[in-house]
This record gives sequence, C-alpha cells and structure tokens, in this order.
Amino acid sequence: MNNEPDLPPSHDEARRNFLKQSSLLTAVALVPAPVVQAATAELDERVAAAIEKVPLKLEINGKKYKLDVEPRTTLLDLLREQLNLTGTKKGCDYGQCGACTVHVDGQRVNSCLSFAVMHDGKKITTIEGLADGDKLHPMQAAFVKHDGFQCGYCTPGQIMSAVACVREGHADSEAEIREYMSGNICRCGAYTNIVAAIQEVKNGGQKV
Amino acid sequence: MNQFQYVRPSKQQAAIEAVAKDANATFIAGGTNLVDLMKRGVMAPQKLVDINRLPLTRIDHDPGKLRIGALALNSAVADDKQVREHQPLLVQAINAGASAQLRNMATTGGNMLQRTRCPYFYDTAMPCNKREPGTGCGALEGINRMHAIFGFSDKCIAVHPSDMSVALVALDATVLVSGPRGDRRIAFADLHRLPGDTPEKDTTLEPGELITAVEVPDNPFTKHVSYHKVRERASYAFALVSAAAALDLDGSTIKAARLAFGGVAHKPWRLTAAEQFLVGKPATEETFKQAATVAMQGAKAFKHNEYKLRLAPNTLVQALKNATAA
Repeated sequence: MNNEPDLPPSHDEARRNFLKQSSLLTAVALVPAPVVQAATAELDERVAAAIEKVPLKLEINGKKYKLDVEPRTTLLDLLREQLNLTGTKKGCDYGQCGACTVHVDGQRVNSCLSFAVMHDGKKITTIEGLADGDKLHPMQAAFVKHDGFQCGYCTPGQIMSAVACVREGHADSEAEIREYMSGNICRCGAYTNIVAAIQEVKNGGQKV
Repeated sequence: MNQFQYVRPSKQQAAIEAVAKDANATFIAGGTNLVDLMKRGVMAPQKLVDINRLPLTRIDHDPGKLRIGALALNSAVADDKQVREHQPLLVQAINAGASAQLRNMATTGGNMLQRTRCPYFYDTAMPCNKREPGTGCGALEGINRMHAIFGFSDKCIAVHPSDMSVALVALDATVLVSGPRGDRRIAFADLHRLPGDTPEKDTTLEPGELITAVEVPDNPFTKHVSYHKVRERASYAFALVSAAAALDLDGSTIKAARLAFGGVAHKPWRLTAAEQFLVGKPATEETFKQAATVAMQGAKAFKHNEYKLRLAPNTLVQALKNATAA
C-alpha cells in the first residue's frame, strides 16, 4: 500500500467535525435554561463548555436586545450582520481607520476590535441613534454645512468620534482636534472641513 | 478566526486558575491587540478568560506612591488628576500612543503586554522565531528599518511597541502580579526581557500570572518632563524612536535625571549611564549631546535602520531640551 497516493484527510475529518458539532448541539439542549440565564453576569467554565453561543443583553440606541452570539463575533459584525445597523462601517477591520467607531456607555471605541460578548449589559450608541427623529444631531448638521466628507464612507465613524471629542473636552483648538481625531482616517482628505465642523459645534455651545 | 471558549469569571482566583491550568488559554482585557492578532491568525487561543469583571480599575495615590489598577483604561489614567499631578511624564507617554478610541479600550496591564508590530511577526506566511520558534527571523536579512539597535539577538530583532512602558521604566515602576503560586512584585525593568534564544517569551511572567496593578513611586519629576516621539505621521503611528526624559533641576544644574528610549529594543530601554552622566552638570544642549553619546554606546544598526543611530540621540537631546523648558 506504499504507493497509495496521499489523499487529503477531508472525508474523515469532515465526519469527525460533524460528530463533534452534533454532540455540542446535544449538550446545548441539555443545559437547563436557568443555568444559561445565570450565566449572563458570570460565565463559568461548565456553562461555557456546553454552549456554542453566549447569551448577551445590550441596549442599542435606546432599544433593548436579548441575543445569543458566538464569542468570536465582533461588536461591529453583530451590529451590521445580525442587527442590520449598517450605518457603522467596516473599513480596515483592524482598528487602524476608525470607520467602525461607536459609543459604549458614552465612550468612543473601535467596534471591530471588540468581541460583542464582552459588552454584556452595556449601552451602545451608533450613528443611527444620534439624530432626534428627522432632526439631525448638531454634529451631523455641521458636517453637512461644512462639506465634512466626499465619499462618505468614513463619515459615521468621524461623526461618532467628533461628538465624543467635544464631550471629552478635547476640541479646544485646531491642533487638539486634529490630535484627538487622529484615530479616524479620511482617504478623501476632508480633514480641513471636518475640523471646521467640529469647531463650529464646539463654539456654538449646543448640547452634544 | 478560530473558535474559542469564552469565560468571564467574577473572582480573580478563578481567572488565574482558568489560564494556569490550560496552556491554550489566555486573559483578555481591552482586546485591542489580541483581537487584532486573532483575526490575522497570529494567535489562536482555545479559551479566552475575560477579566473585565475583576475589580482592578482603581487609581489611588497613597503616601509615597501612585497605584494604578491593571484594568484602568489608558484614557482614564491619562485624565486622572492624581496621575497628572504626580506623574506627568506617564500622561504624556500614554497620550502619545494609539488613538482616542483605542485608549478608551486599552488597559494598563494590556498596554504593557502588547506584542511587537514587527511585520514578520504579523505575517503568518513569513518566518518568525517569536511567532513560531525555530522558523528563523525574517527581519534579520529582510526589511528591518523599524527594528532594534540595542539588545537584539540573531533570533529576533523586533522592538517593543508600548509608549506607556517607556515612561514606566524610566520612573522606576513596579508591577504587581498575582499567580497560581501567590503574589509577587516585579521591577518594571525586569518585566520585559531581551530575546536571546527564546524570543517567543516577551516577559518574565509565568503561565497564569495576572498583572493586577502598577505602582509608581513619588519622585521630584513633576515639572521638567518630556516624552518625545518621532513617527512617520503627526499622530496615531508607532514610534520610530521615542525618548522619555525627566529632570530634577536646581536652577540650571541637574540634580537627577531619568531617561529611556522606546522603539530601539525588545524592551523599553532605560538609560542609566546617561542619567548618571547628567548629575551635577548644567542643563545645556552641549551636556545633552554628551549624554546622548553615552546613551548610544553599544548601539548597532542593520541594513535599513542605520538612520536610528542619528535619530535616537537627536530625539533624546530634543526630549531633554523640552523637559528643561517645561
């Protein structure tokens, strides 16, 4: 049998994986519901080993969600792929561009570099949650007025970051704005107008 | 990304045990570096132990020292009144790193433990002794313009990327660690190691050991400090070279100095010989240039990073001038 060609181990492996997955599904079914519920605060190893998806409670733009997500789902992918909140953009997906910026408990973060399950119980605000009905948020209105974009792809992240920048008190000068907005890249190069929009909101004294 | 098991203990001991007993388990805090590495397949832990529920976020100033919890966010540390009052060099260094968003996610412990940004470490198609021991160092004969000029070995010439750590090593910080065999304290200068024959080990931490806090002793360096970082754009880039300088001045005479380089070695690079050289000397550019010559002793460049042999001393002189003027 020495001459037998090296076959890829795909058949056996696929079968093994299938069996593994089916037994995992059985395990999920066997975990009593109260155990899963109790897991939201603390997730111990016994429960984690038995479930593929982790229970997750989030409040997004004022709406409460009760979800089950795979641990490897990033907050960005949860928003876009599962909740259809596609206003938050995927640029680089590695935390280098800022297009995915959202607010978690009021703090701006890169949603691409964060597993959704790590935000259990938190309040998320995305670009969809900024306007008051049809009335634009002052920062959105300022971006329109000052042409703070060209293609618009980075804009949701820019605006979420800009709102946080003003709230944090890091918008006192052009230099400070540029430094504290450096995590948001605009390949069209609308930076001058973005800075002007932020300065207008900051100096206008409106509530952001 | 590989699948992994996710656990979120509420007790420190449970977190430590979960990682100590499983070689494929790792802690996750802010995740800004680990998630990045997992997406690229550079790291593939089978189990993530989320430590964010542990009560390690406090920042306290006790008589004689500042104590920063390992889970205190970089932004929280940089904005903290006590830190700004007692350790302004640390504030400058933290704010020189990453972006506002990332500083809202990255923790004090995680910042220290971030991995090198050597492109050969990040590219799984390339050889890298740090990522895969025994495969060779791609950077040694490759594109090595970002790489080390101090303390490297023929197994690894990568540099440590943290800005915060450069300030902490200069300020004689101590890292508090809790592990399966109890608690211990590590001088910050001994936390990171040189690559030698085992570049896969970034630090002297044992499996399952968790950083719980960092302590920075009070010092006279509350005014004349500067963290000067040179990079390829004005903000949001890793250092080509950075220099931390802290001076205690009596008029124009230097009573004491603390100095360190970033971006030049496998660990934040403390410059004790140059510090000693400065004591008792006038705070002038001439003195600073001489100190920089002392600081550069033993430096050696590779094919593409010879510029660092000029950039590093110039960066140190600039940091010292900034510190004097502060």
